[in-house]
Amino acid sequence: MSKELLKGNVAIAEAAVRAGCEAYFGYPITPQTELLEHMSKRMPELGRVFLQAESEVAAVNMVYGAASAGVRVMTSSSSPGISLMQEGISYIAGSEVPAVIVDVMRGGPGLGNIQPSQADYNQVVKQAGHGDFHPIVLAPSTIQEAIDMMVLSFDLAEKYRTIVFLVLDGAIGQMMEPAELPPMQEVKKKRPFWALSSQEARRTNGELPQKNVITSIHLGAEALHKFNEHLQRKLAQIEANEVRYYENYMEDAEVAVVAFGTAGRVAETAVKTLRAEGVPVGLHRPITLWPFPEKRLQELADRVKAFLVVEMNAGQMFHDVREAVGREVPVEFLGRMGGLIPFPTEVEAEVHALWRRTEVLEMHRP
Amino acid sequence: MVTLEPPIEQLPCENLIYSRPESLAEIQTHYCPGCTHGVAHRLVAEVIDELEIQERTILVAPVGCAVFAYNYFDFDSAEAAHGRAPAMATGLKRVNPNSIVFTYQGDGDLASIGIAEAIHAATRGENITVIFVNNAIYGMTGGQMAPTSLIGQVTTSSPTGKDAALTGMPMHIAEMMAPLPGVVYSVRRSLHDARHTIQAKKAIRTAFEAQIQGLGFSIVELLSSCPTNWKMTPLDAAHWVRDEMIPVYPLGDFKVAEPLQNKNRSA
Repeated sequence: MSKELLKGNVAIAEAAVRAGCEAYFGYPITPQTELLEHMSKRMPELGRVFLQAESEVAAVNMVYGAASAGVRVMTSSSSPGISLMQEGISYIAGSEVPAVIVDVMRGGPGLGNIQPSQADYNQVVKQAGHGDFHPIVLAPSTIQEAIDMMVLSFDLAEKYRTIVFLVLDGAIGQMMEPAELPPMQEVKKKRPFWALSSQEARRTNGELPQKNVITSIHLGAEALHKFNEHLQRKLAQIEANEVRYYENYMEDAEVAVVAFGTAGRVAETAVKTLRAEGVPVGLHRPITLWPFPEKRLQELADRVKAFLVVEMNAGQMFHDVREAVGREVPVEFLGRMGGLIPFPTEVEAEVHALWRRTEVLEMHRP
Repeated sequence: MVTLEPPIEQLPCENLIYSRPESLAEIQTHYCPGCTHGVAHRLVAEVIDELEIQERTILVAPVGCAVFAYNYFDFDSAEAAHGRAPAMATGLKRVNPNSIVFTYQGDGDLASIGIAEAIHAATRGENITVIFVNNAIYGMTGGQMAPTSLIGQVTTSSPTGKDAALTGMPMHIAEMMAPLPGVVYSVRRSLHDARHTIQAKKAIRTAFEAQIQGLGFSIVELLSSCPTNWKMTPLDAAHWVRDEMIPVYPLGDFKVAEPLQNKNRSA
């Protein structure tokens, strides 16, 4: 395989097809629509399921149905659509069926606009629906990474029987970049033991199996408490195994810039320029927004003198960074909202100011 | 407590003419005395047994009184979010085209919060079956007004009676579904007495046969009683279905696609 010039949304869609996605249900919304359009062409070609739903509410519940049958299934949307999907997301989490959701984030609140944004961080990371759960949240910052993580999303969803969110902002969805697509995987023939398919198909040695039930109800308080304990144990396992991040120039950095997605790309450009100027700055870019690389940030806090968080929102991941590094080390924030992307020069200026303040503090320390 | 001597399962059964359908699990339901959900469940189970499709049937249960239907039927089942059963059934059927997928929904679930999902599944001609139980009230939450409540009907959220000027006229789901091109079978039946119950079973059978033949969307609306929330005895509730509901919700066949005609059409 070789690199091709690919548009983000199309690349993600094709990566999902090649990951063996068997069914796609979606609804048009800018800036993710090319993903749905690509699926509308490719899925029927391959004899797989594509359906444009009447709403995001219906789309996510169709996903819930197909996920209950144990197939690789996904939907994609953008911020207002994700708000509508929250009901279904909670049911999917409560039923522990695997599903993949792509959120190509746009500016909010309300209709907002169709420009790139990271303002859904809290929505997907903190409270993707009612109840105590977290989806796994993957945040790529290049098209290649988005392709690789699309494939990973299906694997993680199946491994943990959970929802995996692939979140990108409109910039990554809309831009073009050279990237390599993965090899084609066939649709899996065998359905998992818990799936709703056909009891007849699950018959072993002539014996009919027990019926399978997919539900999120646990009527007794004790029963629901126990189920939630089980869910929390699973989440703890994910936290232990699945943290992912990318770092550059962190080995000897005294200032750390923390940013994800497009803001992470901008920050990396700024960090390279600052390094050329001799400023000891590094980049920490979380790839899993949940589970959050909290331990790694704690480690960095032992030797880094200051942090700068850069986001395309009013400061949402900022609180997680603050929580991880504690109160001893200064954590500053640079944010742009409404679809604005911070310029590398703005990040550089902020780091310069932070570095100067840190040096002055050092000089006056007894 | 009255105990049967000998226990009922040990009674001689050479002349057994009535027993639990295979498709009903051996478990007590939580339905109130006089409620016809149990009758509707039994009719569906009998039809599934007779059509020999138990092993490939999937139920999508609603939110409402039938929320635990997945406990009572003995085949694969899913429990949908409120009103979303037709969307969930769409997902299930599209990836399991050989399964027989049906939703079992009440009037709050289908006619109110889930009307969009129901109409679009019908419009697409999803090859699924919908058993729609209309008892003119929200049962599970304690008797609130539904889109199907009758004008003047007193409920816990219409204490002076349902007012058409305020909340509109009762919704006629079977008639609404009929003109949609994807719908192959849309009928209304009632469960208020034995004769009508037998007719209801025939309709349920035709609806499942439509799905087995791959014809498209089939729906059977069943007028059902809710003595608890109507605050009536079971007998009075059955009479209320006959005397008050049927004049508003006429029984009949609103759409029977050509391949299904010449079969059990009497209302």
